[in-house]
Amino acid sequence: MNELEKRMLKEVAELDSLPVGAYNIRSNGKSAARNTTSNIDIVTKTDVSGIDIIIAPNTVNQSVHIPVIISETGLKEVVYNDFYIGENCDITIIAGCGISNCGGEDSRHDGVHSFHVGKNSRVRYVEKHYGEGTGEGKRLMNPTTVVELDENAYMLMETAQISGVDDTIRETNATIGKNASLIIHDKIMTDGVQKAVAKMSVDLDGEQSKCDLISRGVAKENSYQEVVLGISGNAACNGHAECDSIIMDNGVILATPQLKANCVDASLIHEAAIGKIAGEQLMKLMTLGLTEKEAEEKIIQGFLK
Amino acid sequence: MLELKNISYEIDGKKILNDINIKIDDRFVAITGPNGSGKSTLAKIIMGIIAPTSGQIIFDGRDITEMPVNERANLGISFAFQQPVRFKGLRVEDLLKLASHGNFSDVKALLTEVGLEPSKYWHRELNDTLSGGEMKRIEIAMTAARGTALSLFDEPEAGIDLWSFNSLIKVFEKLYKRTSGSIVIISHQERILNIADKIIYLKDGRIDSYGEGQKVLKMLRELTGEITLKNDGEENGDE
Repeated sequence: MNELEKRMLKEVAELDSLPVGAYNIRSNGKSAARNTTSNIDIVTKTDVSGIDIIIAPNTVNQSVHIPVIISETGLKEVVYNDFYIGENCDITIIAGCGISNCGGEDSRHDGVHSFHVGKNSRVRYVEKHYGEGTGEGKRLMNPTTVVELDENAYMLMETAQISGVDDTIRETNATIGKNASLIIHDKIMTDGVQKAVAKMSVDLDGEQSKCDLISRGVAKENSYQEVVLGISGNAACNGHAECDSIIMDNGVILATPQLKANCVDASLIHEAAIGKIAGEQLMKLMTLGLTEKEAEEKIIQGFLK
Repeated sequence: MLELKNISYEIDGKKILNDINIKIDDRFVAITGPNGSGKSTLAKIIMGIIAPTSGQIIFDGRDITEMPVNERANLGISFAFQQPVRFKGLRVEDLLKLASHGNFSDVKALLTEVGLEPSKYWHRELNDTLSGGEMKRIEIAMTAARGTALSLFDEPEAGIDLWSFNSLIKVFEKLYKRTSGSIVIISHQERILNIADKIIYLKDGRIDSYGEGQKVLKMLRELTGEITLKNDGEENGDE
């Protein structure tokens, strides 16, 4: 791996060296490094591009890293990664994609991640998308995440796209079983003429199932964001969706919460707020010695932390 | 240290401050007066949050009338807002660290001083999960953490919930001892006015009286009905 790829790996997965535990590092369309453990297997798919990650029941306190790096201009790929997580597991999965495009052609990564989470299992999933490069070619990413939570399962998704991605459509579709919970913290910052669309759709199918969808976005300059937070309550369940956004310059944000109650015992709430940074917030930080620009950066940094 | 020359402030044809001339050299000065007398406006003009319609502000011999807020802050002026500002995502530690600038070795001790257990509050977000009273105490700790030449507090006692008024007084006394700076407090509380070296009494946008604390306080006590002085906990129900 060259210096650029190492730096990208650090950006998307906070890795300085090969991680401990199971991993699969994909670089420019090929598997660059892989490690499996006694209870985490990684198998290359034969029908399409991608891998199956099979986590044995009762696997606890272990992690899987599956970062993707693209540094070749013009590379376009669709990758399918399927996670089969057995019962009673407690694991952390770190994904992420970094595209460095210094060429004239568009580079694109479409990742489809499917999670089948077994009974009583807990999963923390971290996904960071990042782009850089001086070329004319765009950096494009379209992640699709499919989640199925079995009885009593819990999943926390921390997804972020903080800079450098020109165009993205991020889709998340989840079905939540009895007494299971899904929490999503999604953060997006766009600038220039970037465009980002995030669509989440959660079916609360099981009795006492829960979800909490929290989206925070910052749209700067002439960028555009669209956020759809959809929850269908199909049983006695609790769903909460919150979309909080800051607009700056000529940024545009369209936020659409969609709640559908298919059961009289479903309890669904949404909150959405879009606005510029409050003048009094800037003023407070200026009374602590920051310039207006520094105050703005501090507020955004905190908002997206 | 601070001199206001012919400061006036007018908005929508209404004079809020009318030709204020004052020199503040003392360590502990209280500004009091009826509601709408221009107290908060005066403090905001000193900090630079509001620009005066006319007049000059001299701080340590330097004309700061045109100076932006952040430059005044770095020059040594602090301001505790009457209604503290909330931030989604920023934590108590973020703002306290920013405020302390390394000037004060243990900013956590300041949280304890304002009655907030650091282990519980250090990582709390400054969002609406904190009560108004908690926000107010954090605001006071933040201003004390800066330890600047001039610390302005806009009605620090307002909204202090479930916290002893004595403790608030102690915070000011400690700040007084720790720094060599001046403390200017806008207050209606007799207990705060009582410890002030000097008291400024504002009325209808003008300085009605300015003098030694006890003398002005005596005069104010005689003006029954004209201003409302509050005793301990009267507003806060906290003692």
